[in-house]
Amino acid sequence: MAEYLVCGVDDIPEPGHRVVQCGEAEIGVFRFGGEFHAWHNSCAHRQGPVCQGRLYHRVVEPLANDGTVRMLAHDPERLHIVCPWHGYEFDVVTGQSPGDGSLKLRRVELRVQDGEIYAVL
Amino acid sequence: MNDKMFEKANELSVQQVDVYTDTRDLLAHARVNARRRGFQDWFICDVDAHHVETVHWHEIIEYIEDPVIREQALMYQKERIGAPPYGLNGDLGLRYQDVGGRIPHQSGQREKTEPGVHRDVTLTRRAMESLGVDVMVVFPTPMLFLGLHPQPEMEVWLGRAYNRWLIERILSADDRIKTMIYLPFNSPDEAVRMVEEFGDAPGVIGFCITSTRHKAVHHNDYMKLYAMIEERGKPLSFHAGYHWQDPSLATVNRFLGMHALGFAWCNIVHMTNWVLNGIPERFPKLKSIWIESGLAWVPFLMQRLDDQYLMRSSEAPHLKRLPSEYMREHCWYTTQPMETHNKKALANTLEMINAETQLLYASDWPHFDFDLPQEISDLPFLSEQAKRNILGLNAARIFGLDTTLRKSL
Ligand code: FES
Repeated sequence: MAEYLVCGVDDIPEPGHRVVQCGEAEIGVFRFGGEFHAWHNSCAHRQGPVCQGRLYHRVVEPLANDGTVRMLAHDPERLHIVCPWHGYEFDVVTGQSPGDGSLKLRRVELRVQDGEIYAVL
Repeated sequence: MNDKMFEKANELSVQQVDVYTDTRDLLAHARVNARRRGFQDWFICDVDAHHVETVHWHEIIEYIEDPVIREQALMYQKERIGAPPYGLNGDLGLRYQDVGGRIPHQSGQREKTEPGVHRDVTLTRRAMESLGVDVMVVFPTPMLFLGLHPQPEMEVWLGRAYNRWLIERILSADDRIKTMIYLPFNSPDEAVRMVEEFGDAPGVIGFCITSTRHKAVHHNDYMKLYAMIEERGKPLSFHAGYHWQDPSLATVNRFLGMHALGFAWCNIVHMTNWVLNGIPERFPKLKSIWIESGLAWVPFLMQRLDDQYLMRSSEAPHLKRLPSEYMREHCWYTTQPMETHNKKALANTLEMINAETQLLYASDWPHFDFDLPQEISDLPFLSEQAKRNILGLNAARIFGLDTTLRKSL
């Protein structure tokens, strides 16, 4: 087990992410809802650089009581990292694909201490 | 104070991919994957990759043969703003391809390239070196819709200009880049002329009909073209595309639905006509390649046509065997976008199309649904020989390619 100093907590905007190399591993550290989560930069689809993608709030389509729809919306509670290769999306908190829960990113443990973020690999 | 020992992590130079990201950075993981799988020793031919010809439209229109149209095009490109490139009809769907910026390489590739080498040559080389490809066959992008242009002449003017530009400016710069030249299929005589004029040019390994068009591939007008192509021994491809204005897709409101259906539908229609009218019987040595429709449509169509044919064989008197047998023996297919989510269905598909001899790897790079060579090499149910055939040796055989390994991974 090795620890890597990623950056200070204030170096990652809310919401935002930073992608770093820790030895052999590339990881993405995400800040969302006041929490930090880290994932290996290897997409569950074809090992693309998922953490180097863009962040989007999950898209939802609210249903009215009568079953009709009128417009799309962003869910402010859910943030997705989108793999730039083919567009697979993953929830930055759970690491799961919204379309197939069995598709998951690999989590990296983090330790936050004295305003610094450490990755444990 | 931290009481543990730690190392400092290094920030990656690309924090967030955008349209300016270098292809080699974006595909760095693909290169690592290719190296890990030992592709250095595999001959890999990518039968369908793309460039965005409109980036160099100002160059291409200079090759328009008709002097009046050429002048018109040059003036338009020089002075008009806010309009699409001269002569191209395009499709509404083109503006949705990048899923609202989620897949930047589909929006544009604005990375830096060195002066002195044509930009499209550089971008193609970068893709080849990243994917582990030895030979890459390039096709245009918005021109895939040109078969629907209301002026059939436009297809001739632009198709010919594009072919000349491609041969002179791109193919001549690197013998690992190949093409199947654009045929203005809506004008059969001009298509014949195109085969005569460009069919033997260096880098031209076949001929391409873009599939989004409303022309009957079995019409007598085309028999001369097929005979010529058969005699030359180079394959004829049907490159699929979508067409959102097609009445059959008029109710489909999501790009993903339209794209999923459109790319298969055009080739389903052409293949049905191709087989039921006995083109493989009339031109038994003509090799047809069906590009960018994925693969799942092939077993579907084989089954549909076989069942119906046996009930109504008098309507297809040229056939001496089942439609599926022609589809398996006279037709080749490119892999991308390969439907991989259901492995059992995929295994069945590959068996039904006789993948070991009929399947050709294609990336479709840089489009959003591009496939890597590992899609094939990672399949658990294929022999190593079958994988090598699909990734390159089948293409080498039908195109007559030199299989010397040219890449360095
Ligand atoms: S590798 Fe990430 S979406 Fe395909």
